[in-house]
Amino acid sequence: MNATEAKRLVLDVLSGIAPEADFDTLPGKAQLRDELDLDSMDFLNFIAGLHERTGLDIPEAEYPKLSTLDGAVAWLSR
Amino acid sequence: MPSLGADMEAGTLVEWMVKPGDSVKRGEVVAVVETQKGAIEIEIFNSGVVSELVVPVGERVPVGTILARIGGAMPAAAAPPKPPAAAEAQPPTPPAPPVVAPRPVMPVVPVALPAAAAPARKPVSPAARRLAAERGVDLQQLTGTGPGGAITVSDVEAAKPTPPPVEVTRRRTGFDPAAMRQAIGAAMSRSKREIPHYYVTQTVEISAALRRLEKMNSERPPPLRVLPAALFLRAIALAMAKTPELNGFWEDGRLRPGDGLHIGWAIALRGGGLVAPAIRDAGQRSLDELMAAMRDLVQRARASGLRGSELSDPTVTVTSLGDRGAESVLPIIYPPQVAMIGIGRIVTRPWVVDGAIGPRPVVTVTLAGDHRASDGHRGGILLAEIDRLLQESETL
Repeated sequence: MNATEAKRLVLDVLSGIAPEADFDTLPGKAQLRDELDLDSMDFLNFIAGLHERTGLDIPEAEYPKLSTLDGAVAWLSR
Repeated sequence: MPSLGADMEAGTLVEWMVKPGDSVKRGEVVAVVETQKGAIEIEIFNSGVVSELVVPVGERVPVGTILARIGGAMPAAAAPPKPPAAAEAQPPTPPAPPVVAPRPVMPVVPVALPAAAAPARKPVSPAARRLAAERGVDLQQLTGTGPGGAITVSDVEAAKPTPPPVEVTRRRTGFDPAAMRQAIGAAMSRSKREIPHYYVTQTVEISAALRRLEKMNSERPPPLRVLPAALFLRAIALAMAKTPELNGFWEDGRLRPGDGLHIGWAIALRGGGLVAPAIRDAGQRSLDELMAAMRDLVQRARASGLRGSELSDPTVTVTSLGDRGAESVLPIIYPPQVAMIGIGRIVTRPWVVDGAIGPRPVVTVTLAGDHRASDGHRGGILLAEIDRLLQESETL
């Protein structure tokens, strides 16, 4: 998966969790939990959504690397 | 119109899912009602055949109003306190032939509400009501010329249509934050006015519990992973068995024990406000089942897909602030319940183990109890039991 595809996927999954958010202005380096007001269940659903769409296993220990938009894109397109 | 909590006074009928002549079974979803908590699916309390839909789509009516009638029903378990005007609003002609003894359906869930909450309704003939719904006429604005001041078809025909209520088009699109804020304010004001709260708090060291979850989750795909909140809920559900006086309702000056342990799980809604739908028989559910129930409720709460019984069933409420919340919370009991448990954010703090200080993950568990129903001593026993269970998390 290249970075463009990864970004599209991440935003698509996030828009199902925070439908009211404006993703055009989402800063790449901001913490998604803070920026989008995600709680623990929301973040788990984000990870589960990425897993379901890609089949990739995302261990809990890797969660911090996916905590920002840029981080999630980098992780998925690594 | 069932009461879906101490803070509900009225609701708007936004959809009928049955029509006269349909057979209905107890527990079936028959209507959707717009409340301050969003659109809620309403289940029927009796089996039988629908003989009449009394309240048309789009109408807002007070709690206790008869929404529909069914024939061939067994007597209602709890007769609804009928507003006086409701009887006058019945059709002047006998109902449909199959009806042997029309009985009101959807008895009001026994939640104490001030009698004044239900304003007197004007008598309206069923034909006038239907016409008013079709034309978008607000019945409350009309003066009746029929017998006893009843609103008739000609009254409706003479009236100017008013724009249809906004709720009709807002079905399942969420809730009105201002209305929900008002509802929360009303319930919490009542709680602070009536309930003599006591608080007891315990800090619980959870390194073993978190290790267990970490190990469990490392062997599972993300959709099957379990959050710490589910583990806390499991410990609370088991511990509650030891303190039945914390589970139930304060009614008529005494404790009415809960018919089972149905934990209201507080869910923050995006855009503000919260709901606490029930996880029924929580003590009999495994850790995985509790986690699945929590996920399901969160998803449906945010999509306005909760059922009426889920809002009225809880016998005790639990709130977990999650990993972005404050370190501890002093909950306000949701009347007429008699206890609420709050769980703060997991934090790392210095902790003494075997005479040495080390960093450990801890969580603060707080019980708010109704002093009319229990004492802090009993509350302390509950917290100690929650602590003990979390230390032996392998058994949860």
